[in-house]
Amino acid sequence: MPVQCSCCGEKRAMLKRPKTGHSVCKDCFFWAFEEEVHETIVSAKLFRHGERVGIAASGGKDSTVLAHVMKVLNERYGYGLELMLLSVDEGITGYRDDSLETVKRNQQQYELPLKIVSYEELYGWTMDAIVKQVGLKNNCTFCGVFRRQALDRGAIMLKVDKICTGHNADDVAETVLMNVLRGDVARLRRCTAISTASEGEAVVPRCKPLKYAYEKEIVLYAYFKKLDYFSTECIYSPNAYRGHARTFIKDLESVRASSIVDIIHSGENLSVREGVKMPVQGTCNRCGYISSQALCKACVLLEGLNRGLPRLGISKHHRLHGKILARQPLTEKEERKLRSENS
Amino acid sequence: MCEINEDFHDRLECVQDVEGGLKKCVKCKEANASVVIKGGDAHCRACFKENFTHKFRATLGKNRVIFPGEKVLLAVSGGPSSCSMLRQVQEGLSQNAHKKLRFLPGIVYIDEGGAVFRSSEERQKTVAQLQAIFKATGYPFHIVPLEQVLDLPSSTILTAPSASQPAHTGAYKTAVDQFIQHEISSSAAREVQEETDVYESQEPHTQALQKLIGSAKTLTAKQDLVNTLRQHVLVHTARSKGYSKVMLGDSCTRLAVKLLSNISTGRGAHLAQDTGFSDTRHGDVILVRPMRDYSAKEIAYYNHVFAVPSVFIPGLDTKNADKASIHRLTESFVNKLQADFPSTVSTIYRTSEKLQTVCGSSSTADPCDRCLLCVCALDTADDGVSALQATLTSEKLSKFRGNTRPGMPVLISGELRQSAPTVRDCRSGEGENCGQAQVGGSCCSSDMKPEKTDLKSTLCYSCQLIVKDLSSVECLPQYILSEAMRRQRRSLMRKEINTFVFA
Repeated sequence: MPVQCSCCGEKRAMLKRPKTGHSVCKDCFFWAFEEEVHETIVSAKLFRHGERVGIAASGGKDSTVLAHVMKVLNERYGYGLELMLLSVDEGITGYRDDSLETVKRNQQQYELPLKIVSYEELYGWTMDAIVKQVGLKNNCTFCGVFRRQALDRGAIMLKVDKICTGHNADDVAETVLMNVLRGDVARLRRCTAISTASEGEAVVPRCKPLKYAYEKEIVLYAYFKKLDYFSTECIYSPNAYRGHARTFIKDLESVRASSIVDIIHSGENLSVREGVKMPVQGTCNRCGYISSQALCKACVLLEGLNRGLPRLGISKHHRLHGKILARQPLTEKEERKLRSENS
Repeated sequence: MCEINEDFHDRLECVQDVEGGLKKCVKCKEANASVVIKGGDAHCRACFKENFTHKFRATLGKNRVIFPGEKVLLAVSGGPSSCSMLRQVQEGLSQNAHKKLRFLPGIVYIDEGGAVFRSSEERQKTVAQLQAIFKATGYPFHIVPLEQVLDLPSSTILTAPSASQPAHTGAYKTAVDQFIQHEISSSAAREVQEETDVYESQEPHTQALQKLIGSAKTLTAKQDLVNTLRQHVLVHTARSKGYSKVMLGDSCTRLAVKLLSNISTGRGAHLAQDTGFSDTRHGDVILVRPMRDYSAKEIAYYNHVFAVPSVFIPGLDTKNADKASIHRLTESFVNKLQADFPSTVSTIYRTSEKLQTVCGSSSTADPCDRCLLCVCALDTADDGVSALQATLTSEKLSKFRGNTRPGMPVLISGELRQSAPTVRDCRSGEGENCGQAQVGGSCCSSDMKPEKTDLKSTLCYSCQLIVKDLSSVECLPQYILSEAMRRQRRSLMRKEINTFVFA
């Protein structure tokens, strides 16, 4: 006997919500999903009327659903936002060039302006070239650091007031766990915030409207709405440390479905003891971007890549910052430590 | 890779060096090394033992929580970690120890066989084995079955004001000096009172306990429930026998697993209490964890080499699959990670040291602000956007909405806040509120059955998850239910007079 939707009681239930376990029909699911995102946006006061908002679009399911839902809610509730798509080309063949095609299709489907920034034009290095120098481990650091700056630079070029990213509940939970496993207390405190603080001119504030949406629900939404997205994983991701946290979260979800939100709740209620050393925000001496050290991470990584010392951004080297800034040559011992394991 | 500032590319060293001979101990550089615990340093047995003993003393001394002459209860579960702790206490208190420890220990073992469905012969066998171990130490010991939780008084879950303990550091030194003076002047040999109790559990109690544990539908909830009840029994035993401190034998590995599984069950606000050195949530009884610097490997090696007796007792999740419960899953996750990244456990441990409790654990806080089950401060405050609010919103949106069409914005953000259950409708009339408030603040109907929604407002986030998994809350022990009702009544009273009370 077919199950009725537990929400409207009229139509037949088409799916079971991973978040609550209720069986609902398609329309009620779309409505509930969109309402939850709307509720998140309104109660966190993410946007103001008339703002220009850049949606970080990679062509994957999170950003496609984000673009769709933002467009729907903007019209339905009259946010008055000017939406545009912002995309980053890391230069990973077989992955990013395909997903960028998806973004271009999205642009036409949603009729939103699009801007693509690439690592090649910003830094002079593509991810493929970086991986050749760095190796298969630790390259996610480069990609992540560069992408953050690339998004900010693209946002400034587009003159947007805010960036919104498609980070979902699973991502935030993974980040909380990763920061505990790596002992990064400073990030642990900040990672559950729904929007970043907006200090400094070189930084555009960014927010996560999908913070409480489960990844499985995003996939269900995209599937039933027949949205067009690119569903392959980054080819370098199997070696990432984040993979361990991700497997753990997936297993947790199978034991208890509410675990993901429970982890976010734990992360939000954590508090750090006074007297623990926290990094202080300043600016990079070379490029002016925000940084807690003398040189921002992107400058350090770039310096390492350009000099053929790829481990410069990975291992402990804060004492060498002064030397790098002054462009002094490094001693033989320091050079040896910083060279890649492959060479 | 796993720690942000780590430069980990050296391979781990082993006890043998390249030529095949045995290495020398890195500390004394004389004897042959026999063990590599961590960091690639090989030690000989004597140096290892010295290091082990020293760590115990250092942990106690650094934190200065245990004052001389105090009665301290050692919670021994029979496992390797707590038996090792027992041995350390024995050695520390023995006459010929250098700078011996100065407190009066007692031992308690809580027999959980009833919850795990062990037969009474097995339980008696285990108890006899442990009794032999305890008798050999010469300290007073108490063997308490978990069934006693059904008879506990309500005061167990209330925070009692702590005994007047001087807070400033100078007072610790003066207390120690005074104690030494007193010892020198009283030269008479002290009579050791052998106050031992061995309680036998009765059959109907065991069945009631099994029904209670059986009412939890998932293994995770069962384990959490047993842990909570065990802690209540521990605190009650300490209070009734006059102990002001309880020592728990949690090792570093166990605490790392506990930290992660607590994060996974929503206990982020209470991490410092659950995994820190001292746990002050009960006020007068303080729980300390002196073994938190030791990894499971160190303890296992020490027990093996120095013949520390321990008894293996199967628990709720023994021989279960990896995904049977959250604790089991976390344990296997941490162990697997530790094999590939050897600094995982110590990094997690260091993270736990940097955390603190969200709200101050003052003993003068209103008991209504604390969770009913775990006695920690409530973390379910309604303050704008949070994971809790998101969950409540989802629940509300998925419930039956009747004829409203989807696509219509029917809910304004203000109405989506689910109000905490305030006034319960009186059952006496035709569903109308009786509106009467008697002196005790209770409603007119006297036989109100406790329901899950009643308990929700008195519980913290993760205890709410436990109760959600119970098929019926009536199986809970009486002291929990009556305390819940009392708090309900008080909060009703409070709501009535809210406008007239300052602060």
